[in-house]
Amino acid sequence: MLDRLWQPGIVLIALILAIPIFTVAGFLFQPSEDIWQHLLDTVLIDYISNSLLLMVGVGLGTFSIGVTCAWLTSVCQFPGKRVFVWALLLPLAMPAYIIAYTYTGMFDFAGPVQTAIREWTGWGYGDYFFPEIRSIGGAIAMFSFVLFPYVYLLARAAFLDQSVCVIEVSRTLGCNLWASFYRVALPLARPAIVAGMSLALMETLADYGTVSYFGIGVFTTGIFRTWFGLGDSAAAAKLAAILLLFVFTLVLVERASRRKAQYHHATNRYQQLPQYQLTGMKAWIACFACLMPLLFGFILPAVQLGFWAVDTYAEMVDESFVRLTLHTILLGLSASVLAVLLALLLAYGKRVIASKPVIASVRIVATGYAIPGTVVAVGVIIPFAWLDNTIDSFMREQFDISTGLILSGSLFAVMFAYMVRFLAVSIQSVEAGLGKIKPSMDEAARSLGYKPSHILLKVHLPLMKGSVLTALLIVFVDVMKELPATLILRPFNFNTLAVRAFELASDERLADSSTAALMIVAAGLIPVILLSKSISVSRAGS
Amino acid sequence: MTSHLDVEELDVNYDDHRVLQQISFSLEPGQIGCMLGPSGCGKTTVLRAIAGFEPPVNGRILIDDVEVSSKLYCLPTEKRNIGMVFQDYALFPHLSAAENIRFGLRGWKPKQQQARVNELLAMIGMPAYGQAFPHQLSGGQQQRVALARAMAPQPGILLMDEPFSNMDVELREQLAREVRDILKQENITAILVTHDQYEAFAMADQICVINEGGIVQQDSGYNLYHQPANRFVADFIGQGVIIPAEVTGEFTVKTELGVISGDTPIDSDIGDTVDILIRPDDVVHDDDSKETAVVVEKAFRGADFLYFLRIDSGSEILCLAPSHHDHRVNERIGIRLNVDHLVVFDRV
Repeated sequence: MLDRLWQPGIVLIALILAIPIFTVAGFLFQPSEDIWQHLLDTVLIDYISNSLLLMVGVGLGTFSIGVTCAWLTSVCQFPGKRVFVWALLLPLAMPAYIIAYTYTGMFDFAGPVQTAIREWTGWGYGDYFFPEIRSIGGAIAMFSFVLFPYVYLLARAAFLDQSVCVIEVSRTLGCNLWASFYRVALPLARPAIVAGMSLALMETLADYGTVSYFGIGVFTTGIFRTWFGLGDSAAAAKLAAILLLFVFTLVLVERASRRKAQYHHATNRYQQLPQYQLTGMKAWIACFACLMPLLFGFILPAVQLGFWAVDTYAEMVDESFVRLTLHTILLGLSASVLAVLLALLLAYGKRVIASKPVIASVRIVATGYAIPGTVVAVGVIIPFAWLDNTIDSFMREQFDISTGLILSGSLFAVMFAYMVRFLAVSIQSVEAGLGKIKPSMDEAARSLGYKPSHILLKVHLPLMKGSVLTALLIVFVDVMKELPATLILRPFNFNTLAVRAFELASDERLADSSTAALMIVAAGLIPVILLSKSISVSRAGS
Repeated sequence: MTSHLDVEELDVNYDDHRVLQQISFSLEPGQIGCMLGPSGCGKTTVLRAIAGFEPPVNGRILIDDVEVSSKLYCLPTEKRNIGMVFQDYALFPHLSAAENIRFGLRGWKPKQQQARVNELLAMIGMPAYGQAFPHQLSGGQQQRVALARAMAPQPGILLMDEPFSNMDVELREQLAREVRDILKQENITAILVTHDQYEAFAMADQICVINEGGIVQQDSGYNLYHQPANRFVADFIGQGVIIPAEVTGEFTVKTELGVISGDTPIDSDIGDTVDILIRPDDVVHDDDSKETAVVVEKAFRGADFLYFLRIDSGSEILCLAPSHHDHRVNERIGIRLNVDHLVVFDRV
């Protein structure tokens, strides 16, 4: 009975979770209206050119920082290398919008840096040049500082994955270390690097907090402005649909690169990579090259947030702040538990049934991680509002009762959006755990007299524990950091730490936002530390 | 506890594709059988059908005269009282060696469990490794733990799927003999699946050679080598060449190498043209012989040389000679035929 419900159940879940994507994508083909024509004439070109500019800038930034650090930490020995290997992941814990507030606070006209320059030199306003943080260039820097670890992580794995032989062969053929890098190692790692950059660019496109704070017109800010400023949901959805096109291009690029990366395996045999001892000036340059991104991506903003928090926490941490924190934690916990339960249902279904509809369903759900929160929010609110209105008018006609808005503007809508966006993350983790349980282990347990239900308890549960906990943790942290979807869908009077930090920062109360921001960063550190631990102890093939 | 097994006219499909057809064989209690064949021939499927992982589309399987698999009914694996050793061992990575072995002993008293685990650890020669986890053990040790785990609940039949395929060649035959000793000592009915004939020879009482989903010959190792039922078996087991011959009498044929006599009557009419199988050990190197052949190629095998020889008619034959007879390529050496079992195939 259960078996017969499983497959349709999985397909149904996938279809329901795909509603927002289909809704938004559907607007691509809707006939144009006045406001859309207006957007087309005025801002759309800006949105597209700004988005492209951001993508090129962040692409270059994450590439140069990520690949340099990955190469240095993979094959060179220099002071601090062992720390850099894991510490370079720390910026992942820092949401871009949070370092955006922090750097604005530090570097804008009234900030401590410029004030110090003025006091020291006696210059006044306009007497000197200082780069404007709240600009496209500033946004590119913010994204590059926190997103380069994606490139670093994948490029480093690819470098370590390469056989020592190919590097040594290239050296016997007359390449020096630099030539072996750009003629052999870099081309071999290219698919991995492209995959890492695609992930970084997806995050860039999905961002709302940074671009909105810096006042940059891109799709996410455009969607907000069109919806809440102009009140036109159809035009907003159309913008979301175009953004979706950008994102799906990146998804395709990323998937293709990952497939390619499998064929770039040079060998199955591994040995310790040769470590080139850098000395003198070279060693210090390498150390500096790794320190800078870490400093700007994590240490500096974290220290600044810390100072602000010390100044303001006494005032900020009151009863409502505690309630807010509790709300956030409860929301994160329930979303992560729900996501893991659904992920178990889907991943096990895929393992046991493995039929085409089931595999396709899991694939659809797994695309959710790429979809910007703003797009998800638009895709959730439109069908929910329609459903609410339909129920309301039906109830009024039949029973003369107005039910009002039941779904939209409720926690249910928020939770639904989280599932659309984060279920993919938990599925990935659960599937990785399931992959470790070879089918022959199930069969071994059965041949030793265990029923399938007992196998679940005795073999799968203990082996899955780690990956299930990881899935819970990652979804929890993602929910804590999530800004745009929560901002749009949350019920009236309901706040999370991320929303609160964003509101305070938008009101130019940067120091006041630091306590909430610091809590988000602290939570984000937990999975990053787990990740760093696992990459520093394990190596492919060993 | 040991069981006897009957497999009767078994057909198994994967999707709509027939992978086994008309498989029939029996094992007496305590006998060790072997499914031998090239990869993809379906030999593992036989094992999985006996274990209950693959239901048959026709035929049936009986354990101790009780039907466990048929077209209509398939007793769940866990109720068949079988043990299975997997190619990848499938040890549970979260359990120690002792806990892995104890895994199948549910329902035993704790004291008995402990005693059985200790007994098995001693049997596999690893009494000190009970607390070790699978990743701390070598491949050979993991293999032995997997065997002990499968044997712990005293199964009626032990199924082994390529149990030695992940081992070094030298270790393989040694372990195969060790495992055979253990199985014989415990009087366990067992089936081994392998593609390695030496493993099969070292372990099995009875070997089924399988090709393309069917049993092509069921015999002892000795007979498979010396009396292969068809060209496939002749080719798959051991080395040799096939040369044409003319039947000249009830026991004799005439070949390019002269007249050869066997010890069993030939199933063809006098005057018919047939093919005969010449094994390397049928050709004896003898410096005094008048018959000669030219060395085309030679392979040093330690104790022996395997010579590839061309006889005057142009055909090539193989000859196994003791390694102190070291001849050069292109040298002409004396040979003598010493054929006990004449293997005759119809011409195709």
